[in-house]
Amino acid sequence: MSADATTVTAGDAALLRVEHLTIRFGGLIAVDDLSFAAQDREITALIGPNGAGKTTVFNCLTGFYKPSVGRFVLNLADGPRYLERMEGFDIARAGVARTFQNIRLFTGMSVLENLLAAQHNKLMRASFFALAGLLNLRSYRRAEAEAVELARYWLDRIGLSDRADINAGNLPYGDQRRLEIARAMCIEPVLLCLDEPAAGLNVRESAELNALLAYIRDEHRIALLLIEHDMSVVMEISDHVVVLDYGKQISAGSPAEVRKDPAVIRAYLGEEEDAELPPIIEKDLGEGS
Amino acid sequence: MAVTTLPAQRTLDVPAVLKECGLAAFVAFALAAPMVGLETLPLTGGLGINTRFGAVAYAAVLVFFGRLGFALLRAGYPVPVLIASLVFAAVLISLLLTGADQILPFKSLILNWFIALLAVVITVRAAWALHRPTAEMAARERENVMDRVGIAVLRGARWLGPLAIAVAIALPFLPFADRRFLDLAILVMTYVMLGWGLNIVVGLAGLLDLGYVAFYAVGAYSFALLALHFDLGFWVSLPLAGLMAAGAGVLLGFPVLRLRGDYLAIVTLGFGEMIRIILVNWYSFTNGPDGLSGIPRPSFFGFPFTRRPAEGTMSFHQLFDVDFASIQRIIFLYYVILVLALVTNMFTLRLRKLPLGRAWEALREDEVACRSLGINPTNTKLTAFGIGAMFAGIAGSFFATRQGFISPESFTFIESAIILSIVVLGGMGSQIGVVVAAILLIGMPEWFRELGQFRMLAFGAGMVLIMIWRPRGLLAHRDPTIRLNRDGDFEAPG
Repeated sequence: MSADATTVTAGDAALLRVEHLTIRFGGLIAVDDLSFAAQDREITALIGPNGAGKTTVFNCLTGFYKPSVGRFVLNLADGPRYLERMEGFDIARAGVARTFQNIRLFTGMSVLENLLAAQHNKLMRASFFALAGLLNLRSYRRAEAEAVELARYWLDRIGLSDRADINAGNLPYGDQRRLEIARAMCIEPVLLCLDEPAAGLNVRESAELNALLAYIRDEHRIALLLIEHDMSVVMEISDHVVVLDYGKQISAGSPAEVRKDPAVIRAYLGEEEDAELPPIIEKDLGEGS
Repeated sequence: MAVTTLPAQRTLDVPAVLKECGLAAFVAFALAAPMVGLETLPLTGGLGINTRFGAVAYAAVLVFFGRLGFALLRAGYPVPVLIASLVFAAVLISLLLTGADQILPFKSLILNWFIALLAVVITVRAAWALHRPTAEMAARERENVMDRVGIAVLRGARWLGPLAIAVAIALPFLPFADRRFLDLAILVMTYVMLGWGLNIVVGLAGLLDLGYVAFYAVGAYSFALLALHFDLGFWVSLPLAGLMAAGAGVLLGFPVLRLRGDYLAIVTLGFGEMIRIILVNWYSFTNGPDGLSGIPRPSFFGFPFTRRPAEGTMSFHQLFDVDFASIQRIIFLYYVILVLALVTNMFTLRLRKLPLGRAWEALREDEVACRSLGINPTNTKLTAFGIGAMFAGIAGSFFATRQGFISPESFTFIESAIILSIVVLGGMGSQIGVVVAAILLIGMPEWFRELGQFRMLAFGAGMVLIMIWRPRGLLAHRDPTIRLNRDGDFEAPG
């Protein structure tokens, strides 16, 4: 418990503070008294074996479930927001964007339309709830041009500018993953939550993804929260790692610290004390450093 | 026949082909025997039965040979099929042209022409197979061809749209446009407008609404009651009725739009019936099953279409100094519904390009993703429901003023089903598709009146054929609402 307390105090100025989060489904405790913080301009990774409760934390953070106990504090310039009290779409409006483990693009719409749909609220205000748009006023046309410019910026970043007008569902898998990240970035978030962004990517695509995430952190100066299985991604780009097992936080710290933590090794490799890491895992964990 | 036959190889498995053709003929016989073979006749003091087994046998034989033709084509024998179908088509058409078709077992002119058309289709396919022996068009290839037609139509919308509007404007002055034709045109146009309205809800927002007729009814009754009780004119009542229908849409939408898919469909179905039952039972307000009569006719901006206007007013024909003719009112009604429908269309086309329309389509694609992007699903769905209902309400007011009389009988579930069929058959979200489907679905049954009681059977057969050939609707193709690269190239299908 002392580790939790230190995390909370250390994260007082953090962008997002998760405090004593507990999620119960009937008798099952999916997440048990979890506390951690995500700092601005840092990539925080949430890792753990299958079924550790990582995606549950995400779904709770983005408003799909309500926590049984605990709260999410999002520190914005104009004061804190308590996310657990808000609707899912209001959480997104407050600046929390997310991607999904199984990609959820608007497959029947074009790539560009996907990015414009993400700027819905901004454009709705600009179009005065469609009225200015119906009259085709100049103020709306300018807002739309700006939205297209933002979309073009992200399309250039993910290398899809020349395929902006095809249906998102016709893109290859890796491009769909990156488009989903670009779409999340189009809501201009302060916190970007990524649910296993490297799942199903090959080595080259995975490296491109790392570069994109590092770019978002360094150039856009926002916080990233990452769920990941792929250790090479986690160890290479994370600034802070939180390890979950059976809904409990078992370790937290820098990638190097976490990698050496016996509790983490136990969770990943079984209960046997003093287990030697098999060479392949050793290599996997070591890639980051 | 375990191995797929290569088109170049000539393999004719005679027993299998005969079995296939026999089965098709048997199915045709089993269907036709009760429906065609037996006809009830009203006799004095009871019902009599007229048997027409000659026609049944003729139908079964036709199906047998038609199927044989397709089987032979598939097996790579186009020449006998070509000759046989050509001779058959030639004989049938010459009989029809010389007026000697009374010797045929089928007496219906349309039916005989339809059979001749089928024979011509088989002939063309045989000729095609002869021309390119390997070109047995796979279903997938055919789908692609129709996709290309869909794309071409969309691409051609730039000139096809204005052309269609020009034809629609000129329609009342064409030589064949008599009273009956114009009435049909008004009916078709009403359904086009309803289809366009429902297209917002079903095609764009993806909310399956089986009770759309409820808003049509709310509009019609609002108009009638406003006009009868408050003596408001046509042009004042029309938008008011639209607003009231939109209010009904929002009111219904508020509790039910949390539901998805099938559940939403069932609730809207129930709501449609509820409105009708309320109209029947609330006698003091709606006059119940007796309906409301004496709804004022529309006037030409204050100048009525009457031969002798009331003292101190001027009627339409006096205003323009022409002779009075009752068709003037019909032509005016036609233009009113044309303008209303076009406004609906332009409104929808414009909204599709706006954030609201994009949010509707995004919601249709993935509601969870919408939520994660900050789009409020409930409000967005409510606007779609409300705007769709508004257009239904306006169409309903037009219906009320055209008929001069409304009763709950006009707003049964079958109306919802027809409007939904128009949207689905046209290709969801396709504006031109709605027009084509409305002409087919509303116009065709009128032209098929000659078939008498088999009219709706032909209607059903047509729907089945469209669903086989174009499961996604006649003109289903979606173009992006905005482009980044202005080359205007269409992506390759697939």
